[in-house]
Amino acid sequence: MFAFAIRSLAQGVLVLVTVAFIAFSMFRFVGDPVVNMLGQEATQQDRQELTERLGLNDPWPIQFARFLGNAAQGEFGVSYRQGRKVSDLIKERLPATLELAVLSAIFATGLGVLLGVYAAINRTGFVSNVIMTTSLIGVSLPTFLIGIGLIYIFAVELRWLPSFGRGDVVRLGWWSTGLLTESGRKSLILPVLTLGFFQLTLIMRLVRAEMLEVMRADFIRFARARGIADRSIELRHALRNTLIPVVTIAGLQLGSVIAFAIVTETVFQWPGLGALFVNAVQFADVPVMSAYLMFVAAVFVIVNLTVDLLYFILDPRLRSGRRVAKGH
Amino acid sequence: MATGDTAMEPVLSVRNLSLEFVTRRGVLRALNEISFDIARGEVLGVVGESGAGKSLTGTAIIGLIDKPGRLSGGEIWLKGQRIDNIGHDGLRKIRGRRIGMIFQDPLTSLNPLFRVGDQIAETVLTHMPVSKAEARARALALLTEVGIPAPESRIDAYPHEFSGGMRQRVVIALALAAEPDLIIADEPTTALDVSVQAQIITLLKRLCRTRGTSVMLITHDMGVIAETADRVAVMYAGRIVEIGPVADVIRQPKHPYATGLMGAIPALGAKVQRLTQISGAMPRLNAIPAGCAFRPRCTEAIGKCAEAVPPLVPVGATSARCWLHEAQVERSASHG
Ligand SMILES: Nc1ncnc2c1ncn2[C@@H]1O[C@H](COP(=O)(O)OP(=O)(O)O)[C@@H](O)[C@H]1O
Ligand SMILES: [Mg+2]
Repeated sequence: MFAFAIRSLAQGVLVLVTVAFIAFSMFRFVGDPVVNMLGQEATQQDRQELTERLGLNDPWPIQFARFLGNAAQGEFGVSYRQGRKVSDLIKERLPATLELAVLSAIFATGLGVLLGVYAAINRTGFVSNVIMTTSLIGVSLPTFLIGIGLIYIFAVELRWLPSFGRGDVVRLGWWSTGLLTESGRKSLILPVLTLGFFQLTLIMRLVRAEMLEVMRADFIRFARARGIADRSIELRHALRNTLIPVVTIAGLQLGSVIAFAIVTETVFQWPGLGALFVNAVQFADVPVMSAYLMFVAAVFVIVNLTVDLLYFILDPRLRSGRRVAKGH
Repeated sequence: MATGDTAMEPVLSVRNLSLEFVTRRGVLRALNEISFDIARGEVLGVVGESGAGKSLTGTAIIGLIDKPGRLSGGEIWLKGQRIDNIGHDGLRKIRGRRIGMIFQDPLTSLNPLFRVGDQIAETVLTHMPVSKAEARARALALLTEVGIPAPESRIDAYPHEFSGGMRQRVVIALALAAEPDLIIADEPTTALDVSVQAQIITLLKRLCRTRGTSVMLITHDMGVIAETADRVAVMYAGRIVEIGPVADVIRQPKHPYATGLMGAIPALGAKVQRLTQISGAMPRLNAIPAGCAFRPRCTEAIGKCAEAVPPLVPVGATSARCWLHEAQVERSASHG
């Protein structure tokens, strides 16, 4: 297990360094940072001074090492457009995005597993058919359409929920949360539904398919032959075996919730990292772009590590299995 | 001794059991008029080549036939109680509690994510009014009884930590956990290494004998039948073609198919052979010929064999379905 954890960790670091290299390259290929920072009217001397000060005359491996060192401390320089430290901008925007993404993830996995199990157990029931049909819509409709549809129904027609922004937020140190005020909570509902819906349908269909597969396994048949109650067969024996493959794919999907947040944040004018990134792209604000890239990569790496750890908790064959570990 | 004791009610009595699969291309009859009894403590061997309907017979008895299969006739009685029509919950109380099942593949019969002790205790708790601690103690006792070394530590191990033979021992412990009256063992050793097959059969036989548990032992292996069973039923294309005391069926089989099978019994200690002595193959369900299903492969077939299915009638010590014993057939017809 220890070796496995080390290997996962090493892979994660490798991914991060690779992405960091891409993020670093952006500085060299997207615009000229000196021009970006000083504007067109600066004198030749100003430019040379700044180039020297930024270390842009050093060989690139040294620059890259410096970039890595800074990135590890969360420093990505100063935004070209806003003239503020990128780390401050990120810190400011992070709570909005994380609150949105985590709530969406909980909504999508919780309800997805529940509905998937239900649809698998009552395979031919009317409700299951309704669930499956609705889920097809979720899989095929683009996120922004779902968002606009929800806004139209709940904000424009019914006037129940706000259509944009976070509402009132409460500051807890550098963190800001919308969960503690009513308008904040109301503002979260539509974006969470929008961002989570696709994942929800995906996880639900996955759980259902996987569970139906497990229900055909020999050990389920043997459990029946032992007279074990149906509920126990479904919710103990089958569900645990279902969750093992589901954890991986659901985990990877939840990583992409962060990436998909860009669309949702744009539709709802959500002041999160996704919106920050979209603005940065418009103005070729490379420090912000590269920081966002690193952030997304870090999220994926962390999710992956968590999934690997969950495997060990769920599957005894990995925990003790020298045989299995050697197998691949 | 096992055959004719009418004073003692059989543990299991199967009467004219038929089973069919309703498919798009029509109804396939997989079991036809299956009848047999198993007495208390008796071991009934069931032999026949692959696809003969042995597993379906066992599965039908514990009521685990999946769609599109369905019982289309006949009755199943367990100690005087009819069990083929008692519904889902009634059956669930019988499975594991009164009829234990052992499937072919010990590697896949156990849930990989649960400790073996917990799986045994779960079965005990499902059927018996005991506390968790008592169920665990019982699990430990069962593991000891089936010959798991160091059971105190192995009770908390997972299935993948056992070898195939050891896993099949755990499966036997599970089948016996609630002290059933009957064990249905469907090719319990086929998937195992040849070196452990005999041990498992010996173990199963010993445990069932000490408890007075009856056994329906499904197998390919005539050698196992010869050593283990009291009586044997020979199946062919969904029917029992011969049934009787094992010594008689082996020494003087009456049905030509049984005769062919007996020719396939390996000499003592020789390697197990498959039942390939008879040329040709068993017909598929959708291509069973009229009359006797064995006729196309039979070297002794007569005109009548193509016309009608022979009834199962007593021929000497056993009963057989074959027109060659027409004298007995006619005698029994005039009796009834
Ligand atoms: N679900 C099914 N649908 C159609 N035919 C089936 C099904 N299950 C089993 N059969 C057929 O029933 C026959 C008996 O099968 P089985 O009892 O498994 O044979 P065996 O004697 O080898 O255990 C075979 O011909 C098999 O093809
Ligand atoms: Mg079989």
